[in-house]
Amino acid sequence: MNLADQPDKGTGFKGTGFDVAVIGAGVVGAALARAFTLDGARVVVLEKAVDVLDGASKGNSAILHTGFDAPEASVELACIREGYALYHDIRDRLGLPLIQAGALVLAWTEEEAAGLPALVAQATANGVTDVQPLTGPQARVLEPALSPAVRAGFRVPGEHLIDPWSAAHGYLLQALANGAALKRRTEVLAGRRSGDRWHLATTSGEVSASLVINAAGLWGDEVDRRLTGESWFTIRPRKGQFVVYDKTAAALAGHILLPVPTKVTKGIVLCRTAFGNLLVGPTAEDQDDRDHATVERATLQALMRRGEDILPALAGHEVTAVYAGLRPATEAKEYRIRTDLAPGYICVGGIRSTGLSAALGIAAHVVRLAGRSGTALADPIWPRMPNISVEGARDWQSPGHGGIVCHCELVTRREIEAALTGPLAAGSLAGLKRRTRVTMGRCQGFYCSAELARMTDGHLPQPMVGPSHD
Amino acid sequence: MTEPEVIVIGSGPAGLGAATALARAGRRVLVLEREAQAGGIPRHCGHHPFGMREFHRLLRGPDYAARLTKAALDAGVTIRTRTTVIALHPGGLVQITDDAGPATLAAKAVLLATGVRETSRAARLIGGEKPGGVLSTGALQGMVHLNGQRPFRQPVILGSELVAFSALLTCRHAGIRPLAMIEPASRITTRSPARWLAAAMRVPILLHSDIIAIHGRTRVDGVTLATPAGPRDLPADGVIVSGRFRPDAALLLGSHLPIDPGSGGPVIDRWGRLSDPAYFACGNLLRGVETAGWCWSEGQRTARAILAALQDQLPEPAGARLKLAHPALRLAVPQVIGAGAAGSPHDRLQVRLDRPAKGQLRLMQDGRVLASTRIDSLPERRLSLALPHGLGPGPLTLTIAEAP
Repeated sequence: MNLADQPDKGTGFKGTGFDVAVIGAGVVGAALARAFTLDGARVVVLEKAVDVLDGASKGNSAILHTGFDAPEASVELACIREGYALYHDIRDRLGLPLIQAGALVLAWTEEEAAGLPALVAQATANGVTDVQPLTGPQARVLEPALSPAVRAGFRVPGEHLIDPWSAAHGYLLQALANGAALKRRTEVLAGRRSGDRWHLATTSGEVSASLVINAAGLWGDEVDRRLTGESWFTIRPRKGQFVVYDKTAAALAGHILLPVPTKVTKGIVLCRTAFGNLLVGPTAEDQDDRDHATVERATLQALMRRGEDILPALAGHEVTAVYAGLRPATEAKEYRIRTDLAPGYICVGGIRSTGLSAALGIAAHVVRLAGRSGTALADPIWPRMPNISVEGARDWQSPGHGGIVCHCELVTRREIEAALTGPLAAGSLAGLKRRTRVTMGRCQGFYCSAELARMTDGHLPQPMVGPSHD
Repeated sequence: MTEPEVIVIGSGPAGLGAATALARAGRRVLVLEREAQAGGIPRHCGHHPFGMREFHRLLRGPDYAARLTKAALDAGVTIRTRTTVIALHPGGLVQITDDAGPATLAAKAVLLATGVRETSRAARLIGGEKPGGVLSTGALQGMVHLNGQRPFRQPVILGSELVAFSALLTCRHAGIRPLAMIEPASRITTRSPARWLAAAMRVPILLHSDIIAIHGRTRVDGVTLATPAGPRDLPADGVIVSGRFRPDAALLLGSHLPIDPGSGGPVIDRWGRLSDPAYFACGNLLRGVETAGWCWSEGQRTARAILAALQDQLPEPAGARLKLAHPALRLAVPQVIGAGAAGSPHDRLQVRLDRPAKGQLRLMQDGRVLASTRIDSLPERRLSLALPHGLGPGPLTLTIAEAP
């Protein structure tokens, strides 16, 4: 049994007496929990899914953006800039990776090329002052595998690659290590304010807190309605499909390769991942369904063709994984952060594709908005995340690892056992994959599924396999 | 043991077949196996028939694996399990890790016998969601035969290679009743009598069909098929994605040793030797996919080549890289073919197709047909062509003269 199953033990959860209740354990909720905890607040995080990062945060392109193309003078830009700086500040102490890739924004048509100077000017206005305009041939000197069809572009040295999951896990783990509580499988059903406190009715009983923050992502408008009776915005999920290529393809692109963005989307990105693969995506497909994100073969094939247009040598490289994520888009582009909807309530909604980059900045912004008068923790605990990225040493390199279980990703028995225990133990197989990379490699579980089914038996609320047949 | 003369990576039928032969010839052999037990894939094929070629009797997979292991140990082979090879370096240096941490081993010859795996659901771009309960045959058999678990009750099976029928037997053993077998092609791939098993188990085989989408958020709760009669939903609670084997050549990817994009395995000559003459390869690492008995025999023959190499009796690496000159050809092994290779392990060219083809398979040199055979075959079926001994120095080409 791990924490996802256990009612209260181990987290000091009592349901009452919290200063802050954060609804939603995505990357934004995790960063909020960390920021308020370090600010001295007693925080509880309420997550309806069986594990954290189960909604919008489970599928993104894992880039730490500079904000060079964010809307000028927007809250989004300010949060990205601050989030970017904060990630650099804290990542060493939390053991979070940073792959300093840099990005190339590439124009493939004359029209796109004509739009480049305005983008460079916007980057400068946004405080990203080190961009370098490039001709097509200059771009190909930097990235020799690029198609000769590239017309022009510019380089943004500060765009980097991170691990989208260890970042959020790290924020949340630091919150938990410093006194916050996490309740998974806990859906907020309703709330009422009485005196200076909220009383939230949840599937795990009543929770009370003075301040409630809605970081419910894909369900932000619904939580709004449940707490205030109405919602001032509507989530319209935007699906993004991705193709992840074999690690052999990663040598084809050092930089993150970005298209010229449109008003609707940042467009299809081609970049390495923190785990050494090469990724192409996302698509931008509006849909009503918030629970189901499907991949479609024809769309994946179109993504692969797009990837091969950009890097012709990509043709023939094997596909390791495909996935689809949902971003919580709304009817407007900007973040939906408001404090005036109800007393003691802050809505942090509509955080679309820049949530990973901006999360720490959003959290700092919301702490300021909350205007608390608490005392920041004097000497907070800094837990370290185990490294599973290509940057830095892996667990198999030190003795006592118990042998390798997932051969493709070189995941050790010790790593898996660690991810199944502790305050942020995996609550699902998907969660275990995000924490360790098991079955995420070339064979997708051909070799290690059986061993993994054995190791996780009795640990996960939704087991990998049914009861024994013998 | 003192320093091994030969390191064998992988303890399936090919690796153990070679290791046993080498040890019987008096060589110090170390087998490295990353799993907890030696024996390879047959360990979790809980059915017959294994062992006819090796032990002249019919065995179940696990018993066969145990016999192969015992034969190797009896011959004096050292088998080190739970030991993962991380990297291959020039000249036979092998970097490993196990519970004691990383280390480097050295040998005069290193034999790669790391086998195959099935092509994943992801690589096949099957649409839908990603629930639990979508398994390769390998994963299914591990859960059923090694763990005694039952991952689902009424799955569908994608594919009709021999392994799909192996999956069917595993299902029968575990009390799992597949709803259907699904094959995109117009014919069943395997020619084995095992194909009649589906009828015996009353499992329909849907030809010209494919899985378009898998449904379910945490567990599979249905699949949508494309069939000649249009889309069709089946209430499956699991999917077995079988076959389309790929060599597990991960170790080669980061190494100095070239990979053949056609086979996905190493480039070898008729001695089973790689470009670095300290390295040899055999078994299903060479190509998807052959039977356990075939791999064992290939291991035995490759052992003789390694023995010759240890006595400096192998000819210098020479020969031309075979060119595949027809779009239906996916792979041909060996890839480097030199003249006069009497006694070499590869006296036949092993060939696989990418699409169905019918006609004459021809090995050509300087406009002359050196060898040919009639074919009428499907992808994944076994094809071979005897290699002639007298070869000129010119480039070699393999092609198909298609019948109308």
